[in-house]
Amino acid sequence: MSEPLLQIDGLCKTFHVAKSASGNTRLKALDGISLTVGRGETLGLVGESGCGKSTLARTLMMLETPDEGTVTFEGTNPFGLRGKELMSWRRRVQMVFQDPFASLNARMSAGDIISEPWATHRSLYPSSRERQARMGELLQMVGLRPSDARKSPQEFSGGQRQRIGIARALALNPDVIILDEPVSALDLSVQAQVLNLLNDLQQELGVSYIFISHDLTVVRHVADRVAVMYLGRIIETGDTEEVFDHPRHPYTAALMSASPKLDVTGAKRDRIVLKGELPSPLDPPSGCRFRTRCWKAKDICAEAAPHRRVTAAADGALHLAECHFPLETIRGLAGAAATTAATATAG
Amino acid sequence: MKTAAQTVLPEKSRVEKSRVQDVVLSVRDLAVDIRTYRGTVRAVNGVGFEARAGETLALLGESGCGKSMTAKALAGIMDPVCDLAGGEIILNGTDLAALTPKERLKFAGPELGIVFQDALAALNPVYTVGTQLAEAFRIHEGLSAKDAKMQAIDLMKRVGIPEPESRVNSYPHQFSGGMRQRILIAMAVALNPRLLIADEPTTALDVTVQAQIMQLLRKLREEGQMAVVLITHDLAVVAEEADSVAVMYAGNVVESGPVSQVFSDPRHPYTKGLLESVPVHLERGAHLKSIAGSPPDLHDIPTGCVYQSRCPLVQEICRAERPRLLPVNEHAADARTSVDDDAGSALSANNDSDARPPLPGRVAACHFSKELNNV
Repeated sequence: MSEPLLQIDGLCKTFHVAKSASGNTRLKALDGISLTVGRGETLGLVGESGCGKSTLARTLMMLETPDEGTVTFEGTNPFGLRGKELMSWRRRVQMVFQDPFASLNARMSAGDIISEPWATHRSLYPSSRERQARMGELLQMVGLRPSDARKSPQEFSGGQRQRIGIARALALNPDVIILDEPVSALDLSVQAQVLNLLNDLQQELGVSYIFISHDLTVVRHVADRVAVMYLGRIIETGDTEEVFDHPRHPYTAALMSASPKLDVTGAKRDRIVLKGELPSPLDPPSGCRFRTRCWKAKDICAEAAPHRRVTAAADGALHLAECHFPLETIRGLAGAAATTAATATAG
Repeated sequence: MKTAAQTVLPEKSRVEKSRVQDVVLSVRDLAVDIRTYRGTVRAVNGVGFEARAGETLALLGESGCGKSMTAKALAGIMDPVCDLAGGEIILNGTDLAALTPKERLKFAGPELGIVFQDALAALNPVYTVGTQLAEAFRIHEGLSAKDAKMQAIDLMKRVGIPEPESRVNSYPHQFSGGMRQRILIAMAVALNPRLLIADEPTTALDVTVQAQIMQLLRKLREEGQMAVVLITHDLAVVAEEADSVAVMYAGNVVESGPVSQVFSDPRHPYTKGLLESVPVHLERGAHLKSIAGSPPDLHDIPTGCVYQSRCPLVQEICRAERPRLLPVNEHAADARTSVDDDAGSALSANNDSDARPPLPGRVAACHFSKELNNV
């Protein structure tokens, strides 16, 4: 793997809430998150709503301060920076939002939206001539015409609006772009255009992506590595192919199995349907968080939180899963079903 | 262990299943106009399909293609600015389109149920779910409040809501998204309708919950031998859940037929484009074949084919004449040789003189559906 650009270690974030059903006022949104993102790499982040994906994104944008843990970006901790250094750090991590209809100011033209970051980071393109030239370049890069700069967001379609959002993120030449569900609000035919654009830009600029999505098909297509989140923890991480083809954590296996697949051959597959829903993060289960929905759970799962287990993938890359009983011998889901059937009869 | 049980569903083969052929719903030439400040637009234009008992028909399309408007027209719950401009909606032999709104009310519930996308918006926040579930029994079956509530509890059991006896007195906001969707489904199937319309029932839900809801819909469909019209934009959901599919584009059905056939051998360039936009079986990071451009503005639908501005096969005839939905034949590849004999015959005679038997139930609206393999 390339030299890590961004390294996150044991990140925790607790929110205080006024009142909850269980009487608990502390909501642990992130509970010991460790991740690395290499230069020019795409990290896919998947998980159900409420698992902490967005809190993690906000923390990386420095919109939230973590309670514990460290973020290291090229050897420095951004939370220790002040003044000019902080400003120059902020330039390097940018974000693209989910909803292109809500994330663009309707009272500004597309050009104003894209160039607004330069008003804050003045030293980047000091003269107006430079800014004009850069604007034209950016618009072309994302597949819009330079004349589109004068139009207002309402005049664009959803896909074009998302292109403006991407151009705005690129305006400061960042090293990392956090893409928070960048294509889930778009229609399928347009989604493919935007995914192609993101891919081309990465090839061209060498920028790293943190790609947050609930669509596993899309994540499999774009991500080099993938991290699966459940109730504030990363329960499995590894190379995309490895995690998708040989999931170790039962939750990952269930998630992949639940996600509908477009298989034109019409082959039937067994499906793991999880019982119940995501427990409230206000009142997470003891021990392993997944045990309330897991079909492999035993007594130990309620008592002790599982440690990270390393299973070496074929090419030596790390594949980590937090489970007392990782899915070992199986290959794919047919095996998972067989194991389950065996467990059921034994129980 | 007990709480953490999980099930592995052996999916029933659709071929094995005894095909019940009785058509529950037959829609013909359905047209819906919307009055806007910029003039009247036709949101649904001559849409037709059939839904059979015990089967799922998917209406597939992108936003703005008219699929939800079709659902609303079927259920008779269109906004005041929308008019039914023509067509027939025949449900069990009765043309709903010809009825007065008052007469139609009798059908809502016993004959036809609808599940909406946003369960929180569809439920009334100031009544308990028990009251809302019992309403159907009180209105249509004249049950007392007490009996209706018992029915409501049974219904909640049927859709898998835990502890229904105590939860029947809860309000919608006290339920999670998945449970709300279950309540909505319970309301729709309360009186065992023949037809269930599900308008993007799982779009707002997480995948693990989506799998649960789809499982429930399948179960209810089997139990009641309902015909289900599933409205969705998700190709994968269609591939897994539906028996037949009608692909919509700009208010028109452009292709329809059994899902396995349509998805393995699409005969309309739009269907083909959609299928190729999904990143499956691709090298990671490989270029996706996307459809260039965006759907036409409904105010400005071109004469001729609705898909002409984005179609790679577009010819003069596509701009001049709108292709009709015509049956497609077996193996387009083989049929092409006969077309090559006199080039241009494909333009006029689509397949009338073709020796190959038409595939049952397969139709496509394209002048060049035979040449699609070349794209």
